[in-house]
Amino acid sequence: MSGDLAIRLRGVVKRYGAITAVNELDLDVPVGTCVGLLGPNGAGKSTTMRLLTAQSIADEGELEVLGFRLPEESKAARAQCGVVPQLDNLDVTLTVEQNLLVFTHLYRIGRADRRDAIERALKMANLVERRDSRVDKLSGGMRRRLLIARSLVHRPRLVLMDEPTVGLDPQVRQELWALIDALRVEGTTILMSTHYIEEAQRLADTVLIMSHGRAVAAGPPAELVAEHAGREALEVYGPPARLAEVEADAGAAGLRTRRTGTSISILGVDRNGGYSVDGERRPANLEDVFVLLTGEEIA
Amino acid sequence: MATASRTARLGRLERPALTGVLVREVVNFSSFWRSTTFSSTVEPTIYLLAFGFGFGALVGRIEGQRTVDFIATGTVATAVLFSAAFPAMFGTFVKYQFQRTYDAILAAPVDTEELVTAEALWMATRAGLYGCVPLLVAMAFGLNPSWGMLVVPFIAWTAGFGWACFGIMVAGFAKSFENFNYIVSAVLTPLFLVAGTFFPLSRLPRWAQILGEVNPLHHCVQLVRDAVFGFAGWVDLARYGALVLFGLIMWRIAIHAMEQKLVD
Repeated sequence: MSGDLAIRLRGVVKRYGAITAVNELDLDVPVGTCVGLLGPNGAGKSTTMRLLTAQSIADEGELEVLGFRLPEESKAARAQCGVVPQLDNLDVTLTVEQNLLVFTHLYRIGRADRRDAIERALKMANLVERRDSRVDKLSGGMRRRLLIARSLVHRPRLVLMDEPTVGLDPQVRQELWALIDALRVEGTTILMSTHYIEEAQRLADTVLIMSHGRAVAAGPPAELVAEHAGREALEVYGPPARLAEVEADAGAAGLRTRRTGTSISILGVDRNGGYSVDGERRPANLEDVFVLLTGEEIA
Repeated sequence: MATASRTARLGRLERPALTGVLVREVVNFSSFWRSTTFSSTVEPTIYLLAFGFGFGALVGRIEGQRTVDFIATGTVATAVLFSAAFPAMFGTFVKYQFQRTYDAILAAPVDTEELVTAEALWMATRAGLYGCVPLLVAMAFGLNPSWGMLVVPFIAWTAGFGWACFGIMVAGFAKSFENFNYIVSAVLTPLFLVAGTFFPLSRLPRWAQILGEVNPLHHCVQLVRDAVFGFAGWVDLARYGALVLFGLIMWRIAIHAMEQKLVD
C-alpha cells in the first residue's frame, strides 16, 4: 500500500459522452480517517463512489483502493470494502436478519463466523429487536441503519457511504451520525459523500470540496473555514430592496456576499474592520467556503 | 477478513461468488415460492385440460400417442420457457432498474460474469423442477410412468439455462419494459407455436419445419417426448447438443449485455 492511504486517486477522469463527470481528481484517504466528499448534486460525488467499486471505469488516471489497483484488482479491494448506497437496495420481502445473512455469503464469511457477524451487525445498528421484521415494515431510519449494518458484516477495512442520510428527517439523521461516529472511533476508514454541510463538518476529519467534477479545496473543516471564510459572517435580514442595497455596499467595500433566500450573508467581516452594518454575526461555515471558492450554493 | 496482499487478486467464476448470488435467490425464493409453485402447477393443468381434452375429443391420438399424453409431454417445454425466460426478462430488469439489487451485489466481490451465471443457474434449476410438473399432472390423468422420465429434469434444466440466459440478454439490451413486447410477440410466440407442443411439425409446411429445427423449444419438446415414449438414438443426442449450444451462446451474450448495462 502506498504510504498509509486506503484510497489514492491521481488525475482521475470519467466522461459520459460530452459530459465530464470527474475531472482530473486527486483524492487521498489516509487509513483510520473519515474523509467527506462535499459538493452540490451533480458535482461528481456519486460517480467517484462508483469508480471506487469499479462499477464505473475511469477514462484516465490512477486509482488504488486498499493497495489494489483499479479496475484490474477491484474484486480483491471490494472484498474488504463495505458500501452504503445512496438508493436503498435492500431485499424488501426478506427480514432484517435474512438481508444480513445474504451479505455474509456475498462477502464470503465462513460458516463458523456467520452467526457472530450477523449478531454484531444487528447490535451495532440497534436492530436486534427487529431482526424478524420484514424490511418493508421498517421505518426509513431503520432501513438506513440496516443498509449500514449490511455494509459492516464482514468487518470491512474501508467503508464507502454515498449520501448516508439523504432524505431523512433531522432526528433520524442524528441517530445515523452517532452510528457513523462510533465506526470512526473504532478506527474504520470512511469515505462519505454528502451535500449536507453539517454532516461533513461533524463527521469528517478532512473534507474535499467538489465542484463540476474537480476538487476545489481539501483539508480539515475548521482549517478550510479559517483559511477561506475567516471566523465570522454577518447575516442581514430585510425586504428585497434593503438586501440589494446591503449587497451593493458590501461589494463596494470589497466583501463577498451570498444570497440565502431571506437574508444576505456577508463573508469575512472579521477581516475587514472598516465595514459595518446591522445584522447577526454567526460563525463562518463550510458552505461559506464553498460559495467563496465556486460561486455556487451547495444545498 | 484475511489481510490484503497483491497476490490476493481473485479469479473468474469463483465458487464463493456464485454461491453468494445463489443464496440470495434461495432466501428470496423462500418468501414467494407458494405463488410461483401455484402458477407453475395451475398453468400446465389448464393447458392439459383445455387442449388435451378439448382436442382429445376431436382427435383421439397424435403420432400414436393419446392426445393428453402428447400435449403433456409438449407442455414441459412450455413450462420451462415460462419459468425461465419470463422471470429472467422481467426479474432481471426489475432487479437492475427498480430494486437496484445488482448495484449491491456488484459492490461485493462478485463480477458481472458471476452474477449472470449464478442467476441463470438458479433459474435453470427452477425450470428443471417446474418443467416436470406437467408430467406429474398428466400422470394423474393416466400417463404411464417410464424410466426415461428420470432424465426429463436434466433436459428441462439444460433448456432452462438457455432460456434464462436469453431472458437476461433481452433485459440487458432492453431500454424499457415496453421493449419486451417486441420480443414476446415477434420471437417467443412464434417459437412457441412452431415447437410441436400441440401438434406435430410434420403436418406443417416445409419452411415451418425448417424453422422448427432451429427452434430450441422444439428440440426440448422432442427430447422430452422421446424420453417418455422411447429414445431415438443419435437424433436425440444431436438435439441435446443443440440445447447445450443454445445455452452456451446465450450465456456469453447475456454476460456481454449485462456488462454493458451494469458497468459504465
